Amino acid sequence: MNIHEYQAKELLDMFGVANSPGGVASTPQEAEKIAASLNTQDLVIKAQVHAGGRGKGTFKNGFKGGVHLCKTPAEIRDTAAKMLGETLVTHQTGEDGRVVRKVLVAKSVEIQKELYFAILIDRAISAPVIVASTEGGVDIEAVAEHTPEKIFHLPVDPLIGLQPYEARKLAKMLGIPTALLKDAATLFENLYKLFIARDCSMVEVNPLVITKDNQVLALDAKFNFDDNALFRHPDVQAYRDIEEEDPREVEASKHSLSYIGLDGNIACLVNGAGLAMATMDIIKHHGGEPANFLDVGGGASEQQVTEAFKILVADSRVKAILVNIFGGIMKCDVIAQGIINAVKAVNLPVPLVVRLEGTNVDAGRKLLSESGLKLTAATDIADAAQKVVAAAA
Amino acid sequence: MSILVDKNTRLLVQGITGKSGAFHAKSCMEYGTNVVAGVTPGRGGEVFEGKVPVFDTTYEARKQTGCNATMIFVPPAGAADSILEAVDAGIELVICITEGIPVLDMMKVKAAMAKSKSRLIGPNCPGIITPGACKIGIMPGYIHKEGKVGVVSRSGTLTYEAVWQLSSRGHGQSTCVGIGGDPINGTSHLDVVKMFNDDPGTEAFIMIGEIGGTAEEEAAEWIGKNCKKPVAAFIAGATAPPGRRMGHAGAIVSGGKGTASGKIEAIQAAGIEVAATPADMADALLRRMAR
Repeated sequence: MNIHEYQAKELLDMFGVANSPGGVASTPQEAEKIAASLNTQDLVIKAQVHAGGRGKGTFKNGFKGGVHLCKTPAEIRDTAAKMLGETLVTHQTGEDGRVVRKVLVAKSVEIQKELYFAILIDRAISAPVIVASTEGGVDIEAVAEHTPEKIFHLPVDPLIGLQPYEARKLAKMLGIPTALLKDAATLFENLYKLFIARDCSMVEVNPLVITKDNQVLALDAKFNFDDNALFRHPDVQAYRDIEEEDPREVEASKHSLSYIGLDGNIACLVNGAGLAMATMDIIKHHGGEPANFLDVGGGASEQQVTEAFKILVADSRVKAILVNIFGGIMKCDVIAQGIINAVKAVNLPVPLVVRLEGTNVDAGRKLLSESGLKLTAATDIADAAQKVVAAAA
Repeated sequence: MSILVDKNTRLLVQGITGKSGAFHAKSCMEYGTNVVAGVTPGRGGEVFEGKVPVFDTTYEARKQTGCNATMIFVPPAGAADSILEAVDAGIELVICITEGIPVLDMMKVKAAMAKSKSRLIGPNCPGIITPGACKIGIMPGYIHKEGKVGVVSRSGTLTYEAVWQLSSRGHGQSTCVGIGGDPINGTSHLDVVKMFNDDPGTEAFIMIGEIGGTAEEEAAEWIGKNCKKPVAAFIAGATAPPGRRMGHAGAIVSGGKGTASGKIEAIQAAGIEVAATPADMADALLRRMAR
């Protein structure tokens, strides 16, 4: 799950992670008020959308740039008026762009040095690892490739957490001057506390800066959260902004279906994540393009299968549908009944190929053949893929 | 012969009175698995299906019945606690079926288990089966056949697919192990590969992986250097978009790491036969065996 920059700032503030003062506004007047309260001539206003590349983006009204430096609250107000309610297009949003509903107004700081600091889970050692670098404000993948010696890795013991001495050691490695050592160490410790307290899977501060007036600040922070742990963080759940998500995925999540939208024209409905991925792969192998990843899970109900089917059928890009089920916990007759119900409700506009195997397979096949549904039965996964690719062509 | 479980396995089911726990405990019993106890806190003293005693704690279950393996069906919020309870009771083999356990919980479990003798399989896995002897998990028993091919996989349904292909070509299985789709799990591909390599009852095996992490690469490297048995592999997720979690919490390509192509390269370099598609898993192994 992604969150907005202003929400990330709220989390940093809540855990005492030093960052640039500011606030979020939904109207030009609110923006002006925040700017006035900051009591400075160095101001920045940033459009709040999930996509990157905002600074170089263009609004559909012709206004250039989703990030602007301003001198006065009046200037902030006028700029906010050009952003709010308007659609921002960046290299990450696609042509449709995203509607800006909020702007972040903050003090713009003068930077002396940019650093990089991230915490993530290292699967290989089953522990959190801190990745830090003296090279901040740039693409860290490029630093890792060209100057790996400038990146430090510090694994953290998951049972005792980040210790103060480790935070100080890191600050030293990053070349933070003695006068700022304790401030930097406190920032690292608080960020680690935040990472654990909210079940993050990644926190990336890029850049972490030393300002010309000698402060250590987390200037930009990106968060990823463990979806499995959202149940115990209602505050993080509340950060979800469905306006920023693929509407097909929003609909699927309402029915607890694991769905990821793609750009192809062959829809798939599969049980199990591994088989769902493999089904996409074999469609591609036979020359087709999958329209989605959809795992209906091990214990899906008839109702869920029906809803899943409706999402596939509603997608105008879809030219054919492949149902590939290997019943384990999932019973084939449940899948069959779900499909039959869905087709009764929504008329089937495209060819349907069905491959059923596993638990209650005979009952499932019988239901489908007696339903009078127009479908192509497939004997195995290769046969199914070939038939659906041919049907979509 | 087989690995990890056989006729002598005495199974406990944690969460036996829940909907899934009860359903699958029953199906394991029908397959012939020796289910000796169940645990549901607050339900101690009940009897499941007329013959399996239910206890309040795993400690009691172990003491009273001598169970040496456990299958966990406890919901995600309490599953980590149940794993640790089983470890504390000294149960040798802990199989956690539960999907959706927070990663930080599993991180602590893994660290806490470092000093224990118990082995954890999963979480978020279909379980483990030695055909004809013992089924612990949610896989459909009837697709399996007794035989000499091992299967290890992160995915449940892809395992069924491979087993189905093997069985319909007349090749039975020694043991099939689902290690689970989470980023942090108890038993890795490499752990199971080593067991298959040492098991006289396993003549060849299939390793099924997917995008994310480096577990398949590590197993492949070891196979290349140490394994004399024929191996075939399939990696799912070649068409998955980077940065997206593909159903399994662990199936994600991040920072250019954990791609299908990288894994396939490592597997080929180790002399393992790669299945081009999921329909080719059993045939890939048969090709390798014929070489």
